[in-house]
Amino acid sequence: MAAYDVNGTSVEHDEEGYITNLSEWTKELADVIAVAEEIEMGEEHWAVVNFLREYYEEYQIAPAVRVLIKSIKKSMGPEVGNNKYMYELFPYGPAKQACKIAGLPKPTGCV
Amino acid sequence: MSDVKKFLYVNRKAPYGTIYAQEALEVVLIGAAFDQDVAMAFLDDGVFQLTKGQDTKEAGLKNFSPTFRALGDYEVTKLYVEQESLDERGLTLDDLQDIQYEDEDDDYEEKPSIIVVSRAAMADVMADQDVVLSF
Repeated sequence: MAAYDVNGTSVEHDEEGYITNLSEWTKELADVIAVAEEIEMGEEHWAVVNFLREYYEEYQIAPAVRVLIKSIKKSMGPEVGNNKYMYELFPYGPAKQACKIAGLPKPTGCV
Repeated sequence: MSDVKKFLYVNRKAPYGTIYAQEALEVVLIGAAFDQDVAMAFLDDGVFQLTKGQDTKEAGLKNFSPTFRALGDYEVTKLYVEQESLDERGLTLDDLQDIQYEDEDDDYEEKPSIIVVSRAAMADVMADQDVVLSF
């Protein structure tokens, strides 16, 4: 199985790049995944990633993209929680890419 | 919007031991993406799915019960629970999780999603659906 390399430690991921053991996530790993996803992590990216981790902690699921954007709109405001901005941050899909970087499974309801 | 159908996902099994409950919830979350009118029903041992304080650590299984509280985000806001099934198992509404949704048409007021109905009323709920899926 393929793996990410975080300063010499390897963290396994599935064929799509989602890590297989959620407890192995670290901020350093997030940076490594982001590089693989061609995303330069800024404060705004981290806000979404942290939001997703909290959402997972509370509900035990990675939300579908429209649920994610709706929830972000509610907690961070419409200037962040809208499709255009979220796709600027994560061009290959906010839920898919941000969940991957956040160390969560592929979003539920992502068909 | 005449093409919106009423879907009811019927849950009759306990949450763990078989994969039915978790799979049903997954199907509901995926199905919710298609803008249909989705509701869930809990009867027989299915009522145990909604109980509070589930702890699966010893069983080595994922405790997915918190996910029911996310259903409101997916616009699944009607969880019908059969009164007789609760009674037969010595359960009351107080034993179930407090599951709420925000009513967009009512200033986002939080309202309870769980609707306890009698067996007779549950039959009416089922008869009123376009599609009933049993798990």
